[in-house]
Amino acid sequence: MAQEEISEYDVLIVGGGGAGLRAAIAAYESDPTLKIAVVSKVYPMRSHTVSAEGGAAAVIKPDDSLEDHCYDTVSGADWMCDQDAVESFVNEAPNELLQMEHWGCPWSREEDGSVAVRPFGGMKIKRTWYASDKTGFHMLHTLFQTSLKYDPIKRYDEWFVTKLLVEDGRCQGVVAIELATGRVESILARSVIVSTGGCGKIFPFTTNANIKNGDGMSLAYRAGVPLKDMEFVQYHPTGLPFTGILITEASRAEGGHLLNKDGYRYLQDYDLGKPEPEPVLRSMELGPRDRLSQAFVKEQEKGGTMVGEYGHYVHLDIRHLGKKKIEARIPFVRELCLKYENIDPVKEMIPVRPVVHYMMGGISTDIDAATPLPGLYSAGEAACVSINGANRLGSNSLTEILVFGARAGKNAATFAREQGKTSSGVHAQIRDEQQRLGQLLNGGGTESIAGLRKEMQDTMEEGAGIYRTHSSLAKSSEKIQQLQERIGNVAVGDSSLTFNTELPAAIELTYMLDGAEAIIQSALNRKESRGSHQRSDHPDRDDENFLSHSLAYREQGGPPRIEYLPVTITKWPPGERVYG
Amino acid sequence: MPNITLEVQRYLPEYGEEPMFQEYEVPLREDWVVLDALNHIKDHIDGTLSYRWSCRMGVCGSCGMMINGTPVLSCAAFLTSYAPGPIRIEPMAHFPVVRDLVVDVTDFVDKLKAVKPWVIRETEKPLAEGEFRQTPEELDDFKQFSMCINCMLCYSACPVYGLEKEFTGPAALALAQRYNKDNRDEGNDERMQHLSNDEGIWACTMVGECSEVCPKHVDPAGAIQQYKLAGAADWWKSLITRKGT
Repeated sequence: MAQEEISEYDVLIVGGGGAGLRAAIAAYESDPTLKIAVVSKVYPMRSHTVSAEGGAAAVIKPDDSLEDHCYDTVSGADWMCDQDAVESFVNEAPNELLQMEHWGCPWSREEDGSVAVRPFGGMKIKRTWYASDKTGFHMLHTLFQTSLKYDPIKRYDEWFVTKLLVEDGRCQGVVAIELATGRVESILARSVIVSTGGCGKIFPFTTNANIKNGDGMSLAYRAGVPLKDMEFVQYHPTGLPFTGILITEASRAEGGHLLNKDGYRYLQDYDLGKPEPEPVLRSMELGPRDRLSQAFVKEQEKGGTMVGEYGHYVHLDIRHLGKKKIEARIPFVRELCLKYENIDPVKEMIPVRPVVHYMMGGISTDIDAATPLPGLYSAGEAACVSINGANRLGSNSLTEILVFGARAGKNAATFAREQGKTSSGVHAQIRDEQQRLGQLLNGGGTESIAGLRKEMQDTMEEGAGIYRTHSSLAKSSEKIQQLQERIGNVAVGDSSLTFNTELPAAIELTYMLDGAEAIIQSALNRKESRGSHQRSDHPDRDDENFLSHSLAYREQGGPPRIEYLPVTITKWPPGERVYG
Repeated sequence: MPNITLEVQRYLPEYGEEPMFQEYEVPLREDWVVLDALNHIKDHIDGTLSYRWSCRMGVCGSCGMMINGTPVLSCAAFLTSYAPGPIRIEPMAHFPVVRDLVVDVTDFVDKLKAVKPWVIRETEKPLAEGEFRQTPEELDDFKQFSMCINCMLCYSACPVYGLEKEFTGPAALALAQRYNKDNRDEGNDERMQHLSNDEGIWACTMVGECSEVCPKHVDPAGAIQQYKLAGAADWWKSLITRKGT
């Protein structure tokens, strides 16, 4: 990218995954005269949307209803989501998936040529659109390829954002490093959308890609924006031991069974229904992810799991589906097992264990994808609207990136049109940031990046895993605060400006520590058990005191301040979650 | 546990040096792929080694490199299959090297865009009319070409691209064909116009190195064959039309 180009835009999108690309297209379509740019630390098609497997939920079939999709989502979320947001999401979902269809997404089909749907966990009707078992991959590539036809959407590929520029009370752009050259530049904008995804890499065992460090969450947090509902961390029940590679829920939707060491479908012992030969919606293996992951821990305590080199595991058995069905519906499952675990699920059972998968929490936004900071918007896993509450249902997140990506794009475009020139004060901030990064590169610290990262991951698993207590969380909180101090002395041994990957890794670690402290403090303060947040010392849901979103605000030199925001209830008063 | 030696190509243009090989000893773990070994080096031996990676499950397309002279995804290359070693690791062939194992991919990304990889229609279908009908058989017509993860291994394997950088190349041609064969698309002629000037398609000797190295069985060589046939048909068509006038 030539130096002389004017880097000032109307709408700047940070993150080139599904939400970011959908936002870019929506911003362009709402006003083709706008200058739009997408800045991403990887080429957009490398973004983590690519790894999503199972599908995207939206009501399209005659036997389904918007009301049912809302109810499944609200009850799946353990009533922690905002119901007005859920209603908008469910209403807009079908058109967004249709739009993807018109853009060429290769959805799997029925014989008559209509879009096919499959069952998914926690959903009482089949409503998950899918492209074999590579739905995220196909959605991301369709969005990326479609985005190429819009010349005005400029891309900053492999630029790493280190700071949001906030001046005169509004967000006015970012500072970023061009990885290829090490150049530190400002990219100014009248509105900014953060769509950088989640932060699963805070934990040691995750399905998340290496790039999922919560960059955008931390950037917003440092700019004074609260992180909402961070205590709600989704464990997916079926990850491959060691690698954490995800075995899609579709494998259970197609009829796969979870078995303990005796070959027994142990979920029947945990209020998830009775075993039937064929999959039953909202029952057994098609229960919600939080309940299945919790059942695993209980089964482990009972001695029903098996132990391997990487800890406890159970078996996912899909052998009875037969090779033909496996190849047709979930071929990627077989490919992943063969290539990475050296087992063939056509003939052998797959060892699996719960694995950190998704952050329900994120940058606090309203229903329009706007954060409390004027000019800053957010969408996708980075954001928390919230439609996912205390537990996200599988196949809602791929739809969420479209619905709220589009909303963010449209609303950021409208905001941008109403703004004047960039404030002159940002220039001093840019110089300060350039200086800070220069020091980091030549700092001569002594703490190793990998060492600090491992200590962070270990304390998160120990203190803030599937089950938590006050004492486990308090211990981890102390540890994370120590790490926050020690990171100031981090060693960046690589002083080269050309594609330096060590400097971004050090900064990513600072981002993850911010996410970690927000998760822990929010979990410490929530003295109840709800959805994915299970406190062994407070085992019951407490609607009287905690039917509220937590908001974590950054504090200097200590853990965040936690405030609460009531959950919005429209049609579905809090009830019991019944599965089976 | 025994060790295995990785000979990794290093290149740091700022220091004006020629590429050289650096040796690293890593544990020969049975469940480690080459990417795990590189991460071990980065975390515990030498933080200055640069390479790209992300998903570690063969779908993001970031981590391609030459391993013992063959372009492969390093996340899918078990150390044990190269034992006892040493394993020679180089950046992907046919691309300019930025640093160490990182290559410049801008030419590839430009080529993707040049084939207009989006649905082209004379008139847009309104969303209110619902989805396009596409039977499973119609989906199968192009599905394989839609599986490309843009890992660029096929460009590293392609002898034509090695000599002729103007060549659109295997992945981009397969991508064009992915849309050409999609019954929702009407952009075939527009894309063929762009591709008809591409000498590289005719230089392709159909040895099929591209399809051989493809980790997703996309078969770009098959796509190129289809172009050649279509191109030849067009030539005959133009001949007949000319005679007729």
